[in-house]
Amino acid sequence: MSKIRIVHYINQFFAQKGGEEMAHIPAEKVAGKVGPGMALEEAFKGEAEIVATIICGDSYFNENLEKAQKEIIEMIKEEKPDMFIAGPAFNAGRYGVACGTIAEAVKNELNIPVLTGMYIENPGADMFKSKVYICPTKNSAAGMKDAVSKMAPLALKLAKGEAIGASCEDNYMPNGIRKNFFDVKRGSARAVDMLLAKLADKPFETEYPMPSFDRVAPHAAIKDLSKAKIAFVTSGGIVAKGNPDHIESSNASHFGKYCIEGINDFTPENSETAHGGYDPVYANADADRVIPLDVMREFVADGTVGALHEYYYSTVGNGTAVASAKKFGEAIAEDLKAAGVDGVILTST
Amino acid sequence: MVKAIEKAGFPVVHICTVTPISMTVGANRIVPAVAIPHPLGDPNWDLEEERAIRRSLLKKAFHALTTEVEDQTIFED
Repeated sequence: MSKIRIVHYINQFFAQKGGEEMAHIPAEKVAGKVGPGMALEEAFKGEAEIVATIICGDSYFNENLEKAQKEIIEMIKEEKPDMFIAGPAFNAGRYGVACGTIAEAVKNELNIPVLTGMYIENPGADMFKSKVYICPTKNSAAGMKDAVSKMAPLALKLAKGEAIGASCEDNYMPNGIRKNFFDVKRGSARAVDMLLAKLADKPFETEYPMPSFDRVAPHAAIKDLSKAKIAFVTSGGIVAKGNPDHIESSNASHFGKYCIEGINDFTPENSETAHGGYDPVYANADADRVIPLDVMREFVADGTVGALHEYYYSTVGNGTAVASAKKFGEAIAEDLKAAGVDGVILTST
Repeated sequence: MVKAIEKAGFPVVHICTVTPISMTVGANRIVPAVAIPHPLGDPNWDLEEERAIRRSLLKKAFHALTTEVEDQTIFED
Protein backbone atom coordinates (compact mmCIF):
# COMPACT_ATOMS: atom_id res chain seq x y z
CA MET A 1 0.00 0.00 0.00
CA SER A 2 1.28 3.45 -0.82
CA LYS A 3 1.94 5.84 2.01
CA ILE A 4 -0.76 8.19 3.25
CA ARG A 5 -0.12 11.67 1.86
CA ILE A 6 -0.30 14.42 4.46
CA VAL A 7 -0.03 18.20 4.14
CA HIS A 8 1.08 19.95 7.32
CA TYR A 9 0.43 23.57 8.37
CA ILE A 10 2.79 25.43 10.73
CA ASN A 11 3.46 29.08 11.60
CA GLN A 12 6.55 31.21 11.03
CA PHE A 13 7.93 30.38 14.45
CA PHE A 14 7.87 26.60 14.13
CA ALA A 15 9.26 26.94 10.59
CA GLN A 16 12.20 28.76 12.18
CA LYS A 17 11.57 31.78 9.97
CA GLY A 18 11.61 34.04 13.00
CA GLY A 19 9.44 35.31 15.82
CA GLU A 20 6.99 38.17 15.89
CA GLU A 21 9.00 40.22 13.44
CA MET A 22 8.11 37.58 10.84
CA ALA A 23 4.46 37.08 11.87
CA HIS A 24 3.35 39.12 8.85
CA ILE A 25 4.72 36.71 6.22
CA PRO A 26 2.16 35.35 3.73
CA ALA A 27 1.61 31.64 3.22
CA GLU A 28 4.18 29.65 1.33
CA LYS A 29 4.53 25.97 0.53
CA VAL A 30 7.65 23.90 0.78
CA ALA A 31 8.09 20.27 -0.23
CA GLY A 32 8.34 17.69 2.52
CA LYS A 33 8.43 18.11 6.27
CA VAL A 34 9.59 21.07 8.34
CA GLY A 35 10.10 21.49 12.10
CA PRO A 36 7.44 19.59 14.07
CA GLY A 37 6.61 17.64 10.90
CA MET A 38 9.78 15.63 11.46
CA ALA A 39 8.58 14.31 14.80
CA LEU A 40 5.14 13.60 13.37
CA GLU A 41 6.51 11.70 10.40
CA GLU A 42 8.75 9.67 12.64
CA ALA A 43 5.72 8.73 14.72
CA PHE A 44 3.88 7.57 11.58
CA LYS A 45 6.48 4.80 11.35
CA GLY A 46 6.44 4.69 7.56
CA GLU A 47 2.66 4.55 7.22
CA ALA A 48 2.33 8.18 6.20
CA GLU A 49 4.50 10.95 4.84
CA ILE A 50 4.30 14.71 4.94
CA VAL A 51 4.41 15.62 1.27
CA ALA A 52 4.30 19.37 1.78
CA THR A 53 4.36 21.95 4.55
CA ILE A 54 2.45 25.23 4.46
CA ILE A 55 4.14 28.00 6.43
CA CYS A 56 2.19 31.12 7.27
CA GLY A 57 2.72 34.05 9.61
CA ASP A 58 0.20 34.18 12.46
CA SER A 59 -0.60 37.85 12.00
CA TYR A 60 -0.90 37.45 8.23
CA PHE A 61 -3.42 34.64 8.64
CA ASN A 62 -5.55 36.37 11.26
CA GLU A 63 -5.51 39.78 9.58
CA ASN A 64 -6.35 38.33 6.15
CA LEU A 65 -8.63 35.47 7.18
CA GLU A 66 -10.48 34.91 3.89
CA LYS A 67 -7.58 35.63 1.55
CA ALA A 68 -5.18 33.44 3.51
CA GLN A 69 -7.63 30.55 3.59
CA LYS A 70 -8.18 30.74 -0.15
CA GLU A 71 -4.45 30.80 -0.88
CA ILE A 72 -3.71 27.92 1.45
CA ILE A 73 -6.58 25.76 0.20
CA GLU A 74 -5.22 26.13 -3.34
CA MET A 75 -1.73 25.11 -2.19
CA ILE A 76 -3.11 22.06 -0.41
CA LYS A 77 -5.34 21.03 -3.30
CA GLU A 78 -2.34 20.72 -5.63
CA GLU A 79 -0.84 18.05 -3.39
CA LYS A 80 -3.91 15.78 -3.54
CA PRO A 81 -3.38 14.80 0.11
CA ASP A 82 -5.28 12.12 2.03
CA MET A 83 -5.09 14.05 5.28
CA PHE A 84 -4.36 17.52 6.64
CA ILE A 85 -2.69 18.34 9.97
CA ALA A 86 -2.27 21.81 11.49
CA GLY A 87 0.00 22.65 14.41
CA PRO A 88 0.16 21.74 17.27
CA ALA A 89 -0.32 25.35 18.39
CA PHE A 90 0.02 24.83 22.17
CA ASN A 91 -1.09 28.09 23.85
CA ALA A 92 -0.30 30.45 20.97
CA GLY A 93 -3.64 32.18 20.42
CA ARG A 94 -3.36 33.41 16.85
CA TYR A 95 -1.67 30.16 15.79
CA GLY A 96 -4.47 28.14 17.40
CA VAL A 97 -7.14 30.18 15.67
CA ALA A 98 -5.27 29.80 12.38
CA CYS A 99 -4.96 26.02 12.82
CA GLY A 100 -8.65 25.64 13.64
CA THR A 101 -9.79 27.93 10.84
CA ILE A 102 -7.71 26.30 8.13
CA ALA A 103 -8.45 22.78 9.35
CA GLU A 104 -12.18 23.44 9.21
CA ALA A 105 -11.88 25.02 5.76
CA VAL A 106 -9.90 22.05 4.42
CA LYS A 107 -12.40 19.60 5.88
CA ASN A 108 -15.32 21.42 4.26
CA GLU A 109 -13.77 22.28 0.91
CA LEU A 110 -11.44 19.38 0.17
CA ASN A 111 -13.42 16.77 2.04
CA ILE A 112 -10.43 15.04 3.64
CA PRO A 113 -9.89 14.24 7.32
CA VAL A 114 -8.19 16.97 9.32
CA LEU A 115 -6.55 17.18 12.73
CA THR A 116 -5.01 19.88 14.86
CA GLY A 117 -3.69 20.14 18.40
CA MET A 118 -3.56 22.90 21.01
CA TYR A 119 -3.83 23.74 24.70
CA ILE A 120 -7.34 23.71 26.15
CA GLU A 121 -7.21 27.44 26.99
CA ASN A 122 -6.14 28.42 23.47
CA PRO A 123 -9.03 30.52 22.08
CA GLY A 124 -8.93 28.31 18.99
CA ALA A 125 -9.98 25.34 21.12
CA ASP A 126 -13.38 26.71 22.07
CA MET A 127 -13.92 28.01 18.57
CA PHE A 128 -13.20 24.78 16.74
CA LYS A 129 -13.39 21.74 19.04
CA SER A 130 -16.90 20.89 17.88
CA LYS A 131 -15.93 21.32 14.22
CA VAL A 132 -12.61 19.48 13.84
CA TYR A 133 -10.68 16.94 15.87
CA ILE A 134 -8.33 18.77 18.24
CA CYS A 135 -5.84 16.90 20.41
CA PRO A 136 -5.35 18.59 23.78
CA THR A 137 -1.68 19.50 24.27
CA LYS A 138 0.43 21.09 26.97
CA ASN A 139 0.65 24.89 27.00
CA SER A 140 4.12 25.24 25.53
CA ALA A 141 6.28 23.72 22.84
CA ALA A 142 8.08 21.80 25.57
CA GLY A 143 5.06 19.47 25.27
CA MET A 144 5.83 18.61 21.64
CA LYS A 145 6.63 14.98 22.35
CA ASP A 146 3.39 14.52 24.26
CA ALA A 147 1.44 16.29 21.49
CA VAL A 148 2.96 14.12 18.76
CA SER A 149 2.23 10.95 20.74
CA LYS A 150 -1.47 11.90 20.73
CA MET A 151 -1.76 13.41 17.28
CA ALA A 152 0.12 10.84 15.19
CA PRO A 153 -2.02 7.78 16.11
CA LEU A 154 -5.26 9.73 15.74
CA ALA A 155 -4.10 11.14 12.40
CA LEU A 156 -3.42 7.64 11.08
CA LYS A 157 -6.81 6.41 12.26
CA LEU A 158 -8.57 9.34 10.63
CA ALA A 159 -6.61 8.97 7.40
CA LYS A 160 -7.41 5.26 7.19
CA GLY A 161 -11.07 5.91 7.86
CA GLU A 162 -11.07 3.76 10.99
CA ALA A 163 -13.77 4.19 13.59
CA ILE A 164 -12.89 6.87 16.12
CA GLY A 165 -13.52 6.06 19.75
CA ALA A 166 -14.68 8.37 22.51
CA SER A 167 -12.63 11.53 23.18
CA CYS A 168 -10.98 9.95 26.23
CA GLU A 169 -9.92 6.90 24.21
CA ASP A 170 -8.54 8.61 21.13
CA ASN A 171 -7.20 11.75 22.79
CA TYR A 172 -9.20 14.58 21.31
CA MET A 173 -11.17 17.38 22.92
CA PRO A 174 -14.81 16.42 23.53
CA ASN A 175 -16.67 17.59 20.44
CA GLY A 176 -20.22 17.15 21.61
CA ILE A 177 -20.73 13.83 19.82
CA ARG A 178 -21.74 11.07 22.19
CA LYS A 179 -20.43 7.52 21.81
CA ASN A 180 -22.78 4.89 23.18
CA PHE A 181 -21.43 1.76 24.86
CA PHE A 182 -22.61 -0.86 27.31
CA ASP A 183 -21.07 -0.66 30.76
CA VAL A 184 -20.84 -3.74 32.96
CA LYS A 185 -22.45 -1.84 35.84
CA ARG A 186 -25.88 -0.34 35.54
CA GLY A 187 -26.43 3.40 35.99
CA SER A 188 -27.78 3.27 39.54
CA ALA A 189 -24.75 1.30 40.74
CA ARG A 190 -22.37 3.74 39.04
CA ALA A 191 -24.19 6.69 40.61
CA VAL A 192 -23.91 5.17 44.09
CA ASP A 193 -20.20 4.48 43.49
CA MET A 194 -19.68 8.09 42.57
CA LEU A 195 -21.61 9.32 45.57
CA LEU A 196 -19.58 7.11 47.92
CA ALA A 197 -16.36 8.36 46.34
CA LYS A 198 -17.52 11.95 46.72
CA LEU A 199 -18.46 11.45 50.39
CA ALA A 200 -15.06 9.90 51.02
CA ASP A 201 -13.30 12.83 49.25
CA LYS A 202 -11.99 10.40 46.67
CA PRO A 203 -11.66 11.30 43.00
CA PHE A 204 -14.55 10.42 40.69
CA GLU A 205 -15.47 11.38 37.17
CA THR A 206 -18.93 12.60 36.32
CA GLU A 207 -20.57 10.97 33.31
CA TYR A 208 -22.40 14.15 32.47
CA PRO A 209 -20.29 17.28 32.89
CA MET A 210 -22.36 20.45 32.99
CA PRO A 211 -21.60 22.83 30.13
CA SER A 212 -19.92 26.00 31.34
CA PHE A 213 -21.80 28.99 29.95
CA ASP A 214 -19.26 31.51 31.03
CA ARG A 215 -21.06 34.60 29.81
CA VAL A 216 -21.57 37.96 31.42
CA ALA A 217 -24.67 39.96 30.55
CA PRO A 218 -23.93 43.31 28.91
CA HIS A 219 -23.88 46.17 31.39
CA ALA A 220 -26.22 49.09 30.75
CA ALA A 221 -24.87 51.72 28.36
CA ILE A 222 -23.49 55.06 29.46
CA LYS A 223 -26.30 57.63 29.34
CA ASP A 224 -24.27 60.78 28.92
CA LEU A 225 -20.69 60.38 27.78
CA SER A 226 -19.95 64.06 28.38
CA LYS A 227 -20.41 63.45 32.10
CA ALA A 228 -18.75 60.04 32.20
CA LYS A 229 -15.31 59.10 33.45
CA ILE A 230 -13.62 56.58 31.15
CA ALA A 231 -10.64 54.36 31.93
CA PHE A 232 -8.17 52.61 29.66
CA VAL A 233 -7.21 48.98 30.23
CA THR A 234 -5.04 46.96 27.86
CA SER A 235 -3.75 43.45 27.37
CA GLY A 236 -1.21 44.89 24.95
CA GLY A 237 1.49 45.25 27.58
CA ILE A 238 1.96 49.03 27.41
CA VAL A 239 3.99 50.00 30.49
CA ALA A 240 5.90 53.01 31.76
CA LYS A 241 9.36 53.21 30.20
CA GLY A 242 11.66 50.56 31.61
CA ASN A 243 8.80 48.25 32.68
CA PRO A 244 9.13 49.18 36.39
CA ASP A 245 6.72 46.45 37.53
CA HIS A 246 8.54 43.77 35.54
CA ILE A 247 5.43 42.51 33.78
CA GLU A 248 6.43 39.24 32.13
CA SER A 249 6.49 39.08 28.32
CA SER A 250 4.30 35.97 28.39
CA ASN A 251 2.08 34.21 30.91
CA ALA A 252 1.98 37.40 33.01
CA SER A 253 1.55 36.94 36.74
CA HIS A 254 0.36 40.50 37.44
CA PHE A 255 -0.81 43.77 35.93
CA GLY A 256 0.55 47.29 36.23
CA LYS A 257 -1.17 50.59 37.07
CA TYR A 258 0.36 53.68 35.51
CA CYS A 259 -0.38 57.34 36.13
CA ILE A 260 -1.04 59.40 32.99
CA GLU A 261 -1.87 62.64 34.70
CA GLY A 262 -0.15 65.39 32.74
CA ILE A 263 0.79 63.04 29.89
CA ASN A 264 -0.95 63.99 26.65
CA ASP A 265 0.90 61.74 24.27
CA PHE A 266 2.81 58.47 24.53
CA THR A 267 6.36 58.68 23.24
CA PRO A 268 9.31 56.27 23.09
CA GLU A 269 10.66 58.25 26.08
CA ASN A 270 7.72 57.63 28.41
CA SER A 271 6.36 54.23 27.42
CA GLU A 272 7.05 50.87 25.83
CA THR A 273 5.46 47.46 25.51
CA ALA A 274 6.39 44.45 27.62
CA HIS A 275 4.41 42.10 25.36
CA GLY A 276 6.34 39.19 23.87
CA GLY A 277 3.58 37.98 21.58
CA TYR A 278 3.63 40.58 18.81
CA ASP A 279 6.23 42.62 16.99
CA PRO A 280 6.90 45.44 19.52
CA VAL A 281 8.42 47.91 17.03
CA TYR A 282 5.21 49.88 16.37
CA ALA A 283 4.04 50.07 20.00
CA ASN A 284 7.50 51.03 21.25
CA ALA A 285 7.67 53.83 18.69
CA ASP A 286 4.22 55.14 19.64
CA ALA A 287 2.13 53.46 22.34
CA ASP A 288 -0.86 55.58 21.28
CA ARG A 289 -1.25 52.84 18.67
CA VAL A 290 -2.33 50.54 21.51
CA ILE A 291 -3.80 53.00 24.03
CA PRO A 292 -5.17 56.00 22.10
CA LEU A 293 -4.21 58.56 24.74
CA ASP A 294 -3.37 61.42 22.36
CA VAL A 295 -6.77 61.59 20.70
CA MET A 296 -8.61 60.77 23.94
CA ARG A 297 -7.20 63.98 25.41
CA GLU A 298 -8.80 65.88 22.49
CA PHE A 299 -12.18 64.28 23.16
CA VAL A 300 -11.97 65.23 26.83
CA ALA A 301 -10.89 68.78 25.94
CA ASP A 302 -13.82 69.30 23.56
CA GLY A 303 -16.29 67.89 26.08
CA THR A 304 -17.23 64.70 24.17
CA VAL A 305 -15.98 62.69 27.15
CA GLY A 306 -16.39 63.90 30.73
CA ALA A 307 -13.03 62.77 32.05
CA LEU A 308 -10.26 60.24 31.56
CA HIS A 309 -9.24 58.25 34.64
CA GLU A 310 -5.75 59.36 35.67
CA TYR A 311 -4.42 55.80 35.64
CA TYR A 312 -4.38 53.09 33.02
CA TYR A 313 -4.05 49.38 33.72
CA SER A 314 -2.00 47.00 31.67
CA THR A 315 -0.95 43.41 31.46
CA VAL A 316 0.51 41.15 28.81
CA GLY A 317 -2.12 38.96 27.19
CA ASN A 318 0.22 36.34 25.79
CA GLY A 319 -0.43 32.76 26.83
CA THR A 320 -1.78 34.26 30.05
CA ALA A 321 -3.89 31.81 32.05
CA VAL A 322 -7.61 32.51 32.02
CA ALA A 323 -7.62 32.33 35.81
CA SER A 324 -4.95 35.06 35.99
CA ALA A 325 -6.80 37.30 33.55
CA LYS A 326 -9.97 36.93 35.62
CA LYS A 327 -8.11 37.81 38.80
CA PHE A 328 -6.53 40.89 37.14
CA GLY A 329 -9.93 41.99 35.84
CA GLU A 330 -11.50 41.70 39.28
CA ALA A 331 -8.70 43.65 40.96
CA ILE A 332 -8.78 46.35 38.28
CA ALA A 333 -12.57 46.63 38.63
CA GLU A 334 -12.25 47.23 42.39
CA ASP A 335 -9.85 50.07 41.69
CA LEU A 336 -12.11 51.54 38.99
CA LYS A 337 -15.07 51.50 41.37
CA ALA A 338 -13.13 53.35 44.02
CA ALA A 339 -12.17 55.95 41.41
CA GLY A 340 -15.76 56.50 40.24
CA VAL A 341 -15.16 55.30 36.69
CA ASP A 342 -18.26 54.85 34.49
CA GLY A 343 -16.97 52.90 31.52
CA VAL A 344 -13.92 51.07 30.22
CA ILE A 345 -12.11 50.94 26.90
CA LEU A 346 -10.07 47.74 26.78
CA THR A 347 -7.63 47.35 23.92
CA SER A 348 -5.99 44.12 22.78
CA THR A 349 -3.22 43.36 20.36
CA MET B 1 -10.42 40.72 31.87
CA VAL B 2 -13.26 42.13 29.77
CA LYS B 3 -15.77 39.83 31.44
CA ALA B 4 -14.44 40.25 34.97
CA ILE B 5 -14.60 44.03 34.66
CA GLU B 6 -18.05 44.00 33.06
CA LYS B 7 -19.31 41.63 35.72
CA ALA B 8 -18.12 44.02 38.42
CA GLY B 9 -20.46 46.66 37.01
CA PHE B 10 -18.98 48.59 34.07
CA PRO B 11 -19.83 48.73 30.39
CA VAL B 12 -16.65 47.65 28.57
CA VAL B 13 -15.83 48.09 24.91
CA HIS B 14 -13.20 45.72 23.57
CA ILE B 15 -11.10 47.17 20.74
CA CYS B 16 -9.23 44.32 19.07
CA THR B 17 -8.19 43.02 15.69
CA VAL B 18 -9.13 39.34 15.86
CA THR B 19 -12.82 39.77 16.66
CA PRO B 20 -13.62 36.01 16.57
CA ILE B 21 -11.40 35.62 19.66
CA SER B 22 -13.23 38.43 21.40
CA MET B 23 -16.56 36.77 20.55
CA THR B 24 -15.34 33.45 21.93
CA VAL B 25 -14.01 35.03 25.09
CA GLY B 26 -17.36 36.74 25.62
CA ALA B 27 -16.95 40.49 25.15
CA ASN B 28 -20.31 42.19 24.66
CA ARG B 29 -19.28 45.38 22.87
CA ILE B 30 -16.57 44.87 20.26
CA VAL B 31 -14.90 47.35 17.91
CA PRO B 32 -12.65 45.85 15.20
CA ALA B 33 -9.15 47.35 15.13
CA VAL B 34 -6.47 47.90 12.49
CA ALA B 35 -3.84 45.18 13.01
CA ILE B 36 -2.46 42.98 15.78
CA PRO B 37 0.80 44.87 16.53
CA HIS B 38 -0.86 48.31 16.09
CA PRO B 39 -4.59 48.06 16.80
CA LEU B 40 -5.12 51.82 16.93
CA GLY B 41 -2.65 53.11 14.39
CA ASP B 42 -0.94 52.34 11.13
CA PRO B 43 2.79 53.00 10.69
CA ASN B 44 2.27 53.21 6.92
CA TRP B 45 0.60 56.59 7.40
CA ASP B 46 1.91 59.81 8.84
CA LEU B 47 1.08 60.89 12.39
CA GLU B 48 -1.90 63.07 11.51
CA GLU B 49 -3.46 60.30 9.43
CA GLU B 50 -2.86 57.82 12.24
CA ARG B 51 -4.59 60.16 14.64
CA ALA B 52 -7.55 60.30 12.28
CA ILE B 53 -7.70 56.49 12.44
CA ARG B 54 -7.60 56.63 16.24
CA ARG B 55 -10.32 59.30 16.38
CA SER B 56 -12.57 57.23 14.19
CA LEU B 57 -12.00 54.07 16.28
CA LEU B 58 -12.59 55.96 19.54
CA LYS B 59 -15.83 57.39 18.12
CA LYS B 60 -16.95 53.84 17.41
CA ALA B 61 -15.97 52.88 20.96
CA PHE B 62 -17.99 55.81 22.34
CA HIS B 63 -20.94 54.75 20.22
CA ALA B 64 -20.60 51.21 21.59
CA LEU B 65 -20.41 52.38 25.21
CA THR B 66 -23.51 54.55 24.83
CA THR B 67 -25.57 51.93 22.98
CA GLU B 68 -27.71 49.43 24.87
CA VAL B 69 -27.00 45.87 23.71
CA GLU B 70 -28.72 42.65 24.62
CA ASP B 71 -26.20 40.32 23.10
CA GLN B 72 -22.61 40.31 21.85
CA THR B 73 -22.35 43.06 19.26
CA ILE B 74 -19.60 44.02 16.83
CA PHE B 75 -19.71 47.73 16.04
CA GLU B 76 -18.38 47.85 12.48
CA ASP B 77 -19.30 51.48 11.83
